[in-house]
Amino acid sequence: MKFAVLVFPGSNCDIDCYKAVEDTVGQSVDYVFHTATDLSAYDAILVPGGFSYGDYLRCGAIAQFAPVMTEVRKAAEAGKFILGICNGFQILTEAGLLPGALIRNNSLKFRCHQVDLVVENATTAFTNAYKQGQVIDIPIAHGEGSYFVDDETLASLKANNQIVFRYAGDNPNGSVENIAGVCNEAGNVVGMMPHPERAVKDILGSDDGVKMFKSVLNAFVTQAKSGAVNGAGAR
Amino acid sequence: MKAKVYVTIKQNVLDPQGNAVQGALHTLGFGEVGKVRIGKYLELELDTNDRAQAEEKLKVMCEKLLANTVVEDYRFELEG
Repeated sequence: MKFAVLVFPGSNCDIDCYKAVEDTVGQSVDYVFHTATDLSAYDAILVPGGFSYGDYLRCGAIAQFAPVMTEVRKAAEAGKFILGICNGFQILTEAGLLPGALIRNNSLKFRCHQVDLVVENATTAFTNAYKQGQVIDIPIAHGEGSYFVDDETLASLKANNQIVFRYAGDNPNGSVENIAGVCNEAGNVVGMMPHPERAVKDILGSDDGVKMFKSVLNAFVTQAKSGAVNGAGAR
Repeated sequence: MKAKVYVTIKQNVLDPQGNAVQGALHTLGFGEVGKVRIGKYLELELDTNDRAQAEEKLKVMCEKLLANTVVEDYRFELEG
């Protein structure tokens, strides 16, 4: 399985993502620059945290038009696995690949600490190794992570089981219904404010993020097997 | 031609910055201040004399980039 970690000017969690892939699932991983125009070689695309383009105008607003994003859209449509973390989540919402928007924390403070998350949907490409309702310990680090959706979109998120994570304890940022992460309707694109790539070893405070990477490997293997079966059937 | 673009937070969306400024104004003794909402103001110089076309293009600029219509409204004025 091949992973791409996107790198925008101002990304700063790209190395963490790269190392997390190496350390958790040991699969092939490349840094891919924002100017890239071909992602066809990759099975999973990680959009890392940071402050792409200095967060000018709005978080993710400029990054959504980087050349590589055309390829990310294609990959999303093709059912490839895409995970946006923190600024990566903001970029995916700005790009319209995920519903809603991330606005300023209601406290106006940059919140940087561990949080408990409830896994609300354990069927996505990135959460299938968790149990439904499991509480996991993952850090957050953001100033603009308050998730907003209008009532109509919220109802459709619930109807389609698109709420992936909720904050279990105090709501750290004012997110609607304590939402910490969502997915698209197909479940192959996931976005979240917390940082699973910073929770892959006990010495980091938690290794509860490991299963996100195991999950996507599971999803890939399952997809490859069903592809092989279909291929055999066609012959 | 010059365009003035105003991007404002939708009424149903929380504006914590506006709330903080409201609190600060109250502390300064301006008790008459009610709700405060903070937005963005952009000035754009446009290399065109075609007003209708400029309006059309500004709308696209706002929808695509200048405003996030999930949480923001926009309006603009053209001068010259």
